[in-house]
Amino acid sequence: MIKEPLHKTSRRCAIYLGCTALLLTFSGCAQLSIKPWVKPYERQNLADPIMQSNRHAIANMHVAHVYEARESSRGSEGGGGGGCGCN
Amino acid sequence: MAVTNLCSLVNIWFFNVITSFTAVAVLVTLVNSPTVNAAVLTSDQADVLYHSYEGGGMKIDGPAILLRKKASESLAVSAYYYVDTISSASVDVLSTASPYTEERQELQLGLEYLHDKTIMAVNIRQSDEDDYLANSFNVNVSHDTFGDLTNLNLGLAVSDNEIKRNGDELFLETSRQYRVSAGISQILTRNLSINVDVEGVADEGYLNNPYRTVRYLDANIPAGFGYQAEIYPNTRNSFSTKFSASYYLPYRAALFFHYRYFSDSWEIHANDVEFNYRHPIAKVVELEFKVRYYQQTQANFYNDLFPYKDAQNYLARDKELSDFDDLTIGIGVTYLIPAKYNVSDWRSELSLQWDHITFNYNNFKDATADVAVGDEPLYEFSTDVIRAFFSVYF
Repeated sequence: MIKEPLHKTSRRCAIYLGCTALLLTFSGCAQLSIKPWVKPYERQNLADPIMQSNRHAIANMHVAHVYEARESSRGSEGGGGGGCGCN
Repeated sequence: MAVTNLCSLVNIWFFNVITSFTAVAVLVTLVNSPTVNAAVLTSDQADVLYHSYEGGGMKIDGPAILLRKKASESLAVSAYYYVDTISSASVDVLSTASPYTEERQELQLGLEYLHDKTIMAVNIRQSDEDDYLANSFNVNVSHDTFGDLTNLNLGLAVSDNEIKRNGDELFLETSRQYRVSAGISQILTRNLSINVDVEGVADEGYLNNPYRTVRYLDANIPAGFGYQAEIYPNTRNSFSTKFSASYYLPYRAALFFHYRYFSDSWEIHANDVEFNYRHPIAKVVELEFKVRYYQQTQANFYNDLFPYKDAQNYLARDKELSDFDDLTIGIGVTYLIPAKYNVSDWRSELSLQWDHITFNYNNFKDATADVAVGDEPLYEFSTDVIRAFFSVYF
């Protein structure tokens, strides 16, 4: 059995603690009956078309494809992938 | 030893994914509250795009079409068609082969169903080129909750790939990819919303590029070095976490930010950060500015120049697996076509986006340079990426 490197163990602990804190936070919210604080009639700014990060979906799909072909990172982008085009 | 190590990494990856899923699932349970229905399907839209990528000895361009149509208030269909026409004389190609041209076509078909506050979406996709065929299927579920201040989403995707090698009729390999994603979107104030997304990706099978080679020192060869085929592990597991924020500025402009951290079982660690600023002018023009910085470390089996042939059990000299960074500077303009020029009162727009990307490699050298082996300059290149598209909302 290989001993897990220290930095991985630390990362694992940090994730455990982070998730626990998150769950406790939201459990607390539920018990305190926190109500939604931004009312529907207060959301006109967020509903403005210029606030849509995916306003140009077809362009975003191309951007994700370009980066995924040239970089090792993948995931959490909502698009990209597909074939190679990388040589 | 290697198998045990891999099992350990897979365990960590599974732990990350399962923890994320558990967190999201518990949040759904805890913060669910009855409120007005706000979930809606995206409006009907058609986009026609021309894209171009030019730099590093490569020219890639072609058209793309995206069509979305609601069949009813609760059902929408979508289709996406994309073509890459590739003409390549990149540094990888020039060092061991001849320039080539090829074409890649991609087709996606999607279906979205809205029920109360939940949107369920399925999507099938095929990407086809001479030497690579990818078929994938994905399912996504998103749900509005907590007075519609919160949106939760979960996704699952599977992709099967067939890899061939042009000029070698007997070569046929396969690979499979699984993707699991989860995300939470939260409205914090009347001007600010944030997102946290995580995604785990697991690959198994043939993960090499069948054309690429590694260099190794060999005094028996006149050039002083030789080439041998790359050998990659047959599995790769990765995990990414992305934090993003959108902020509405008081003079009607928008600011977007994201940071993503990525790591995988090949010991690659990467970070990228991006700022976007969108500014409307006189109700007919929108300007967009983008700055993005990306940095990654190298895979643990990467080397620009190996000391001898078969120096390791895994070998790579793929510059995408090396230590490098890149910087993107982008600008975009959208012209909102005045109503009097629109057909059937359909709103339409013309957009042009230009990105300039500079890549700097920290341990990938230009093997085409005419100097002694090992003394070549570090490789760097820049590329221009252009997108011109027309959108109609009907």
